[in-house]
Amino acid sequence: MTAILRLEDLAIGLPPGADRSHAVAGLSLEIAPDEVVCLVGESGSGKSLTAHAVMGLLPKGLPVSGRIHFEGRDVLTLPERERRRLRGARMAMIFQEPMAALHPIMRIGDQIAEVFRFHGRPDRGGTRVLDLLESVGLPDPPLIRRARPFELSGGQRQRAMIAMALALDPVLLIADEPTTALDVTTQAQILALLRTIRARRAMAMLLITHDIGVVAEMADRVAVMHEGRLVESGPAEAVLGRPAHAYTRRLLAAVPRLAPRPHRGEALGETVLSADRIAKRYATRGGVLRPRRVVQAVADASFALRRGETLGIVGESGSGKSTLARILVRLLGADAGTVRLAGVEGNLLALGGRRLKPVRRRIQMVFQDPFASLNPRRKVHQIVAQGLLAHGVDPGTARQRVDELLRLVGLDPAAAERFPNEFSGGQRQRIGIARALALEPEVLVADEPVSALDVSIQAQVLALLAEIRDELALAMLFITHDLRVAAQLCDRVAVMRRGEIVEIGATADVLFAPRHEYTRLLLASVPGRARFDGA
Amino acid sequence: MRFLTFLLAWAVKAAAIVLTIVVLNFCLIRLAPGDVATVLAGESGAADPEFLARTRAEFGLDKPLAAQLLTYVGNVLTLDLGVSYRTRRPVADMVLERLPATLMLTGAAFVFALLVGPALGVLAAIRARRPADTAITVLALLFYAMPIFWVGLILILVFSVTLGWLPPFGMRSIIPPVGDVARALDVPRHLVLPTLTLGLFYVAIYARLTRGAMLETAGLDFVKTARAKGLPEWRVVGAHVFRCAMLPIITFAGLQAGHLVGGAIVAETVFAWPGIGRLAFDALLQRDYNLLLAVFLASAVAVVLINFATDLLLRIADPRIGAGR
Repeated sequence: MTAILRLEDLAIGLPPGADRSHAVAGLSLEIAPDEVVCLVGESGSGKSLTAHAVMGLLPKGLPVSGRIHFEGRDVLTLPERERRRLRGARMAMIFQEPMAALHPIMRIGDQIAEVFRFHGRPDRGGTRVLDLLESVGLPDPPLIRRARPFELSGGQRQRAMIAMALALDPVLLIADEPTTALDVTTQAQILALLRTIRARRAMAMLLITHDIGVVAEMADRVAVMHEGRLVESGPAEAVLGRPAHAYTRRLLAAVPRLAPRPHRGEALGETVLSADRIAKRYATRGGVLRPRRVVQAVADASFALRRGETLGIVGESGSGKSTLARILVRLLGADAGTVRLAGVEGNLLALGGRRLKPVRRRIQMVFQDPFASLNPRRKVHQIVAQGLLAHGVDPGTARQRVDELLRLVGLDPAAAERFPNEFSGGQRQRIGIARALALEPEVLVADEPVSALDVSIQAQVLALLAEIRDELALAMLFITHDLRVAAQLCDRVAVMRRGEIVEIGATADVLFAPRHEYTRLLLASVPGRARFDGA
Repeated sequence: MRFLTFLLAWAVKAAAIVLTIVVLNFCLIRLAPGDVATVLAGESGAADPEFLARTRAEFGLDKPLAAQLLTYVGNVLTLDLGVSYRTRRPVADMVLERLPATLMLTGAAFVFALLVGPALGVLAAIRARRPADTAITVLALLFYAMPIFWVGLILILVFSVTLGWLPPFGMRSIIPPVGDVARALDVPRHLVLPTLTLGLFYVAIYARLTRGAMLETAGLDFVKTARAKGLPEWRVVGAHVFRCAMLPIITFAGLQAGHLVGGAIVAETVFAWPGIGRLAFDALLQRDYNLLLAVFLASAVAVVLINFATDLLLRIADPRIGAGR
């Protein structure tokens, strides 16, 4: 069968002053009708720009060369008017963040009807819009048609987005990280929907993702990109099972395996922190027009943490895991509950002022966003030493300690004199870890510390955390939405849903013999398990 | 029912705000040295203490300030704004008499600015960093930076003195022009220069605001979606970029509309326009407190009402606001 899309020697230049001359170079790739090709790579690999080039959505001024044959024509030579006719009709695209990708105030129905209208096939009775909404599994299409994006959930928005892309039966659907912004259970539903659609229609799909699990779940063929070049492509089984290129092998090795790890019960020390029935609710202030809304963010959460142990808190967005973390480091007050820390008398949550300060240094936190969590106007040594100075360490000693810490997290002490913006995401997260370790804490609370990182960097940071934990006998509370990461690092796992810990126990038990229905659902939702983990 | 509660809650809030403004204005105005008695005495040349005392007693200015405030607030609550110390006429009449002229001027400037400003802003955004954009940006900066009275004087110099196209001041010709058409065009002709003077300042603000909002919105993801749907460029710019970039414009238009009553003092003075602004200016010079307070009150009520209208309009334009998100 002839390819529906054929890229030949595609190159996309970058403006002068960028870190390399080409975002994409020498890329050749074919997609057959009915085929799902996954374009995989880490951030900056050029996979997204490639998709934009096919659609003709590249920012003006980026030079493109090579050929993009689509249905037998080289679209790069077509006038803009012709390309516009293809977009939305013959080829369609869906994006990562459906909330941002939908018009914020236009009704869903109008956004879809627009596609019909401006391709000369107006949907007069509105029936085609309703059919589309129905076909992507949205409940109550007449209601959804009149709704605006902010009134829908994340999964519903992405379904609406997909409906819009399918409006004119395109032969090529480009999906740019379509599930990255979604919760794992929602992701599983959207991937299932994409599979159904593909089975029902004759449509090729170019799926762009950084998530190997998604690749394993969806791909017929895989194309791996690295720094703008295609390093390997072939049938999914071959590329995932017997990767030929060194980069592909590194990439695959970096993905945490969803496999039970031995419990180290004997190696662990005494209990250092125990939490009993912590509760926290958020309430919006009611007004004349708004009823008061109350959300139970954390409900009766209890757990204990031993020296050298890592307890994973897993759950989807809104499950209350971050609230719990913030309560433990006393960034947030709790409504009820007790936290006891070894050697401290009384409830940690009730300590105030002078008695709290010496305790604070014993519990430190690492944040999710390595870009937002470092003050951009301070040099690295100031950032790392801040806690030391606040606790009365003299500047000379603090400076020495900074050098030691930077070495500990695998950075050159010379980095101390630079500003955070000179570092990559992974390096910044190392700085954040150094800052947290500066006060020699006994408990480290890490809130999604690797979620913003590429998989290879993620592997390095996870290895670093494990190493430090073992070296310093740290007790670690590790918050993550990613079960793979939890499986790799944690001794025990607590599963949270709507503020409640529904299941807690040894990782091997919770993740591989789950008792709670919700844990089972979470596990079933992890993409690529069948192909990748042999589960 | 929901709307009724909303309306009621708003009315209570609005009344409280206006009352606070009345009290504040009363207090602020008394901070200025001198009163109507000294002004009258100065004009008549008879400044003996007895005259001053008599005048003050007549207007109740000899009572303690607190008592005066209470009397005044009480009167305002019964909608009695008092009489002018100078003309002995009810100040409410004087304000209402001048209101149409001011509304005509500020209204014309408002419409002019709203029509031209955003259009220029959109044009500048579409042609970003090209000559048309540069020209619009420079002109906008110029009119934003130049004092209004200066723009007014230049316009008079060019279009009245040098070219002789338009009348330089007033609202009507002193000698009515001959002919129906000329007579009908008399007021509009007088209106042009003050409208331009007042309007150009706002045109500049709208143009800059729109350009910024357009460029910011154009970089958002949903605009990319609109292009990916194969919409023609005019539709992308109009229904997607502009419709969202419009929200800050509405907010600012609400602010400008709040100045419809009290915001033309300078332009009215430069063009001898018989509006409220000049009334206030004269009242201030003559320490005609009652009149000045009435102008302030009218202006405050206008601001509060228009704020409410803007709120409603924003709710319609951006349904996210009502939903509390």
